[in-house]
Amino acid sequence: MLHKAESATTRRDFSWSRPTIVIVILAALALISVACFMTLGARGNWSFIIPFRGRKLLGLLLVAYSIAVSTVLFQTVTNNRILTPSIMGFDALYILVQTAIVFFLGPQMLVLINPYAQFGIEVALMMGFSWLLFHWLFLSGNRSLHLLVLVGIVFGIFFRSLSNFMQRLLDPNAFQVLQDTFFASFSTIDPTLLGVASATIGVVTLVLFRLGHTFDVLSLGRETAINLGVEYKRTVVTILVLVAILVSVSTALVGPITFFGLLVASLAHGLIGESRHRHILPAAVLLGVIALVGGQTLFERVFEFDTALSIIVEFLGGLVFIILILRGAAR
Amino acid sequence: MIVAEGVSKSYGGTLVVDNVSITLPQKGITSIIGPNGAGKSTMLSIVSRLLGMDSGAVTVDGMDVTKTPSDVLAKRLSILRQDNHMSARLTVHDLVSFGRYPYSKGRLTIEDKDHIERALDYLNLTELSGRFLDELSGGQRQRAFVAMVLCQDTDYVLLDEPLNNLDMKHAMSMMKLMQKACRELGKTVVLVLHDINFASWYSDYIIAMRDGKVRRHGTTSQIITPEALKDIYDMDINVHEIGGHRVSLFYD
Repeated sequence: MLHKAESATTRRDFSWSRPTIVIVILAALALISVACFMTLGARGNWSFIIPFRGRKLLGLLLVAYSIAVSTVLFQTVTNNRILTPSIMGFDALYILVQTAIVFFLGPQMLVLINPYAQFGIEVALMMGFSWLLFHWLFLSGNRSLHLLVLVGIVFGIFFRSLSNFMQRLLDPNAFQVLQDTFFASFSTIDPTLLGVASATIGVVTLVLFRLGHTFDVLSLGRETAINLGVEYKRTVVTILVLVAILVSVSTALVGPITFFGLLVASLAHGLIGESRHRHILPAAVLLGVIALVGGQTLFERVFEFDTALSIIVEFLGGLVFIILILRGAAR
Repeated sequence: MIVAEGVSKSYGGTLVVDNVSITLPQKGITSIIGPNGAGKSTMLSIVSRLLGMDSGAVTVDGMDVTKTPSDVLAKRLSILRQDNHMSARLTVHDLVSFGRYPYSKGRLTIEDKDHIERALDYLNLTELSGRFLDELSGGQRQRAFVAMVLCQDTDYVLLDEPLNNLDMKHAMSMMKLMQKACRELGKTVVLVLHDINFASWYSDYIIAMRDGKVRRHGTTSQIITPEALKDIYDMDINVHEIGGHRVSLFYD
């Protein structure tokens, strides 16, 4: 859908509309963050620093991308601005799947089978579960937003408790193996999965590109989307499965983060001022990169704190969540 | 031609649409009237594939609505519901452009742009085209949605209570617009209406529903009679003829 200003003129006299300006500024900030992350406080051999920091950077970029894209699309498909995959208990589900594998198949599984196969199994299970959950939640009738938020939180707690319960029953050695896999954070990204995570995200992005033209139409709501000829059920289920894959990738890399997606998606919508995905998606990804890479640089290199970034990000995201809930209730 | 055969739909045990078989006349305005809970909107949603049915079949020009690809139907039939909640923030122009989605899948051609300009003009929205929908009044929003549906350029246009939110002036111009669209563009317009006087004045054909069934159907002069209205609404309604049109008085 072309904007009025654009449709009236040709591509040659390209106008600096608000979304364009916002995206350019965000891209510049993101580049500065990346540059600082790679160079600040570097002492010693560059041939060590570049691959070492590069791996971390790649991890952060993958996480920023998957969380931003999955949250924006999840909100489009569910047609509201409060729900995110993690609020609906998605990353908790991933932890549960991981725990269940160790619980039922033994800790050797995590050591013996290669991490790619393991990641593959986990993603496949996630897709299956999420498909069921989505089917029940979103395709069978209209359910109120508050019910959905509640159900999501309850699911999250349920998945987490179930994982905890299984972890208690594990023998200490098995538990140790498992704990290693999900004690990830922004500063200790699991490097073994970077390759397979990049490949997965690449494939997901290709599929998303092919579905891209439906995103704006889906954000008009179910009925308008059907009226305009979108195969609603099939498209929505496909997008939701892709969202589940993206959530699996980010959770595998850095563990569960609840409110980060909400933070970047809300900021992107606020800054861009309109809802076309060709603007919102890049803005959300860039905001994610600025927050993660920039934040990590600030905390790790400038303030020399260690785990503070996830706390700050969650704190800000939590605030946004409360503000959105209050504003939604006031309407 | 839109044909429904033996359509039934129930919600949690209550039958909302009960074995309805009806053929909607081609061209012109058909109004669906009836008391609250008669199943009018449900019927419209089923016909336009927004809602599945429990049994029966609906065909549009011989195409089964449950089996035909959605994008094929989107070029034949358009539907506008009464409440269009959406999280997206759009301008009027953007919204109307979506009417071309079935044809262009988001890449607008010159022809699409013509359609958009014409639809905006048809509904006097050209001035407002750069405004965001959340900055408009209820009536203006309603007109923007109708412009989108007209921009979709389908033979069949289904509108669920299009006069909601509209004042008398805009309600009247909306109905005149529908008449014009029928005459000039040969469209078939099906509306759910609550105001029987609007139905009487502007429609060519009226379908009256009650308790999930089609109670009566026929031309305006067959339906707007004290007996028929009593049968439909369970109240005494006086019908007067003014200037060749029938006007009902139901105030007590």
